[in-house]
Amino acid sequence: MINWHTCFFLLFATITCAFAVAVVVSANVVRMAVCLIASLAAVSGLYFLAAADFVAAMQLMIYVGGTLVLLVFGVMLTARGPFVSMKITPANWLMAGLAGGALLILLLCAATSVDAWKTAAVAASAPAAEGGHTVAPIGMALLGIRVDALEQANPALRGGIAGYLLPFEIVSVHLLVVLVGAAHLARARRRRRPAEAVPDASRSA
Amino acid sequence: MPLLNQPVSLSHYLLVGAILFACGIVCMATKRNAIGVLMGVELVLNGAAVNFVAFSAPFLRGDAELALGLDGHLMTLFVIVLAAAEAAVALAIALCYYNTHATIDVDQGDELRG
Repeated sequence: MINWHTCFFLLFATITCAFAVAVVVSANVVRMAVCLIASLAAVSGLYFLAAADFVAAMQLMIYVGGTLVLLVFGVMLTARGPFVSMKITPANWLMAGLAGGALLILLLCAATSVDAWKTAAVAASAPAAEGGHTVAPIGMALLGIRVDALEQANPALRGGIAGYLLPFEIVSVHLLVVLVGAAHLARARRRRRPAEAVPDASRSA
Repeated sequence: MPLLNQPVSLSHYLLVGAILFACGIVCMATKRNAIGVLMGVELVLNGAAVNFVAFSAPFLRGDAELALGLDGHLMTLFVIVLAAAEAAVALAIALCYYNTHATIDVDQGDELRG
């Protein structure tokens, strides 16, 4: 019997990895942006399959809908003439490929080294029934109340169950500061070019 | 097909996260376009977020009591939000760099080299 959870996982994982590799090998920055959109959208599918529905929705809304639109705007504002496609030398490719390949082998060995990680707890199609309703617990945790961990019997462990009100406030103030700073950094200002000095001089003369 | 019959385990998610991470590192190392380096950073952050979500799911692993649960989801949310903030600031810096240097090649910005 075909496990449809595994089927869709393999589909989304293949899309994710293929488009991530396409981001690396493509030299055209516009194609890189499109491949990155496809890769991150498929990652949200992986989140849905791991019963993280709220995180998956936020991945689609914030990442694919916000961050990548920002990146595409950056590409449109700067991709001009020679900057659309910038090549590097084969020696640089070799060095980066060696370093990245070594890192990849290390990570793959680490991912497959623990036996408990290789066996899923439930067979067949139980994940759908097990989780997938995380919106209300996440909202309560951001307000400082952990409704998912109320029944911790050990009082020593109960102190470690923390709400996330303080990180939530820190992140909100951080976002405000970041947006003000980004608007200040990217404000419109005259570009200093030697070509502009000539008409100014002729007008004043 | 035996591959489609067995359930997905934590190792599969970690493999996807490892590939995303390695692709992001290589992308950061090989791109000369500043926007391309930013895309590599996004890939690296997504690899880490995939690992967080995978470790928080109890049904993917044999020792379900060690799963992160909601903590992993919240950490992933903070990673996503901080990645958005990082992209905004880095893009503003890239635009500023483009306005002052009239190029987006990161190799040209070497005024601070000793």
